[in-house]
Amino acid sequence: MPHTTADYKASVKPTWCPGCGDFAVLNALYQALATLDLNPKDVAIVSGIGCSGRLPIFVNSYGFHGVHGRVLPTAMGVKIGNPKLTVIAVGGDGDGLAIGGGHFPHAARRNIDITYIMLDNNIYGLTKGQASPTTLQTFQGKSSPYGVAEENLNPVALALAYDVSFIARGYSGQLKHLTDLIVDGINHKGFSFVHALSPCVVFNDTYKYYGKKVTPIAPYENPSNKMRALEMWQDKNNIFLGTFYKDETRQPFNERIRDIIGQFPRDDDKYFIDMLNRYA
Amino acid sequence: MKDIVVRIGGEGGEGVISCGELLTTALARSNYEVFTFRTYPAEIKGGPAMFQVRSSDQPVLSQGNLADILVTFNEEAYQLHGHTIRPDGLLVYDPDHYAPQGTFEAYGVPLEEITLNVVKSKLGKNVVALGVISRLLGLSLDLLDELLKDRFSKKGEVVVGKNKDALRAGYAYVDQHPWKKTLPSYAPVPSSHKRVVMSGNEALSVGAISAGCRYFAGYPITPASDILEFMERDLPRFGGAVVQTEDEIAAISSVVGASYAGKKAMTATSGPGLSLMVEVMGLATMAEIPCVIVDAQRAGPSTGMPTKMEQGDFNLAAFGAHGDAPRIVLAPGDVEECLYDIIRAFNLAEKYQVPVLYLTDQSLAHRTQTFPWPDFKKVPVINRLLPTEADLKDFKRYRITPNGVSPMSIPGTEGGCYAATGLEHAERGTPNFTPQAHEQMSAKRALKIKEASKEPGFTTRFGPKKAKIGMIGWGSTQGAIREGMDLAAKEGISVAQLQLKMVYPLPEADVRDFIESVEKVVVAELNHSGQVNSAIRSQFLIPTISLTKASGLPFHAEEIAEKLRAIAGGNPAAGAVAPARAGVQPK
Repeated sequence: MPHTTADYKASVKPTWCPGCGDFAVLNALYQALATLDLNPKDVAIVSGIGCSGRLPIFVNSYGFHGVHGRVLPTAMGVKIGNPKLTVIAVGGDGDGLAIGGGHFPHAARRNIDITYIMLDNNIYGLTKGQASPTTLQTFQGKSSPYGVAEENLNPVALALAYDVSFIARGYSGQLKHLTDLIVDGINHKGFSFVHALSPCVVFNDTYKYYGKKVTPIAPYENPSNKMRALEMWQDKNNIFLGTFYKDETRQPFNERIRDIIGQFPRDDDKYFIDMLNRYA
Repeated sequence: MKDIVVRIGGEGGEGVISCGELLTTALARSNYEVFTFRTYPAEIKGGPAMFQVRSSDQPVLSQGNLADILVTFNEEAYQLHGHTIRPDGLLVYDPDHYAPQGTFEAYGVPLEEITLNVVKSKLGKNVVALGVISRLLGLSLDLLDELLKDRFSKKGEVVVGKNKDALRAGYAYVDQHPWKKTLPSYAPVPSSHKRVVMSGNEALSVGAISAGCRYFAGYPITPASDILEFMERDLPRFGGAVVQTEDEIAAISSVVGASYAGKKAMTATSGPGLSLMVEVMGLATMAEIPCVIVDAQRAGPSTGMPTKMEQGDFNLAAFGAHGDAPRIVLAPGDVEECLYDIIRAFNLAEKYQVPVLYLTDQSLAHRTQTFPWPDFKKVPVINRLLPTEADLKDFKRYRITPNGVSPMSIPGTEGGCYAATGLEHAERGTPNFTPQAHEQMSAKRALKIKEASKEPGFTTRFGPKKAKIGMIGWGSTQGAIREGMDLAAKEGISVAQLQLKMVYPLPEADVRDFIESVEKVVVAELNHSGQVNSAIRSQFLIPTISLTKASGLPFHAEEIAEKLRAIAGGNPAAGAVAPARAGVQPK
């Protein structure tokens, strides 16, 4: 019997505010897991801290809800520690671009075979409304009463600059499309990044803003054309949704480690003696 | 009894360290015991370098103090180390460089000229010096030839040949130029057992692999980097993975991730790196994930003195975290213990599902010592408790049990799904912020550490069963304290020693027994504030004498003996004296 979305729903119900974009991302993930028919015991969902950090608790699979900003190195450890697992990292814009921003380029250069879903709500929601690295400068809130002094980061642009091998953007207002992107991301061999626009209806409701701006990437676009991807993220009038870039030629880190280990036929007794003889 | 201290000093890049290492291996292969100590500049090229070898036909407990033989590669080395030679010692110097003055025997060897004549380059001076020392100590030339072949054969026959020529030139020079000082002979002797000679970093790496460590992550930092390098080279042979991460936070995060996924995992760092790891150590306590964290302590705070030792990280290791975050802290006392005790560190981590800190320091990390060829069977390996089929029918990852330990399912196990979390949680791992949950789970985490404090064999007692002075030490100072205690005992001072291998939690029963068997308790450690002393005072409510030193250098035996004399003579100002407070007096 193939798995259905019900198989992935944990007994703990989501604690997010009504209307939160994260519900749609969670539902997209349930559907993606069902589409791929993955056994819950073979899936590990790793998260950081923030509204989106709670996500693994709502999924019936293995989960790891770690500390703030360290989702990518934690997920790397899980993947290398147990390469048979499908490892999905989830976290917010603050978790991944502020406190944890230093890990993103290294996950990219390792091309570790995990899928990173960034639930971007353009705000620190769980701490009640401070500006995040992706908050627009025009936003006036408690931590930015006169607007945000810093310019906002664009996660897709960073991923392109860091040479992430799969880059896509989805929107919680388009569940089916987001599901497809997550499926593609999980199927991608290497580090896949799914930027999920997931508005916070309480502190920074961007549904209207995104509703006007999101535009599907045209089907004729070639996702191996990085120059075109760079043009698309800079488009002032549109926020493009779809797969920006895909490079399937790079070997994932976990496979490189597997190959390093593979050079040595199992013979622990001999290796212990060789090792000790260096000191005799 | 043979006992000699040879100190070699020169400029970084002149081969001082490799000369010392070759001498060390030659002595070990001749079946003598060796203990080495080195200092090196923080710079890569230039700056003074020193290597000291102490060797005996009996176990060597410390690096020794004054040099019987001081070999100087240049005048600067003499200026730096001239005061460390015995008044009746032998000084080897290059007469083309300088002329020393002192009560010692000045023995001129034109090291540079010999090297230029034989090797046609200045490189090789250190091997000429090795030849000189070898002849003075009566080492076997055949054995040295073999050693040079082992060391240099990868570089080709020509290099081996040049080194042999350099060695023989130094050796021959001494043959033709008699010296006066009587020196013991270190000609090879038969032995019942094969020896290895390793540094603390090497020994603990070997031990970790034999404990079953199959994931290692680290970030370069002095003096722990060679553990990372060791693991990068050797762990893949055993099927293990190694990652050099972007920082220490990533290292510990990935270690916790790998352990959650089912691998025994470790990281190694020094003080600044440990400071960065504190938050994830708290997570490992909260989510109950086994891991081993090696901290090769260096002098702090901040960047401090990266190439100098200190025992200053106890407080951070034992208590550094927000909230109540109990964990275990072990401290091996010598190189051999580095190997065996890290197996026990993994065992405790696995058994109690906690982070285990493993505190060495710069001197132990880099000193080398001889010890018998390891017998890994001495410490049986323990693995984490896995759920039974019955457990998996209704899996509670954090089930309340009599000893606080609950079965841990490995991802991939059918029926074992759960989310590990740093949030407070109920038995199933689901977040739960009720007063009952936090009380219950705080008690569960504390209980495991209480149980660990009852584990046998985490102290070593030396000296008589009853004594006037009881000296408690931990970590790398074990041998120096023991040797200093022996010196004092010979003068009639009544003293016993308790070495703590587990520094947190304190092995309650052993420490109490020791305190009750002595009249005065002295806690000796290499930091300024007396960190373990404070822990002992607060737990056992006794007055103690805190004996501290914060110079970046190890204790030496005579220094310990001197303090013991002062304390025995009623002058407790030997160390910083902590005023007695209300509490139990030692009997």
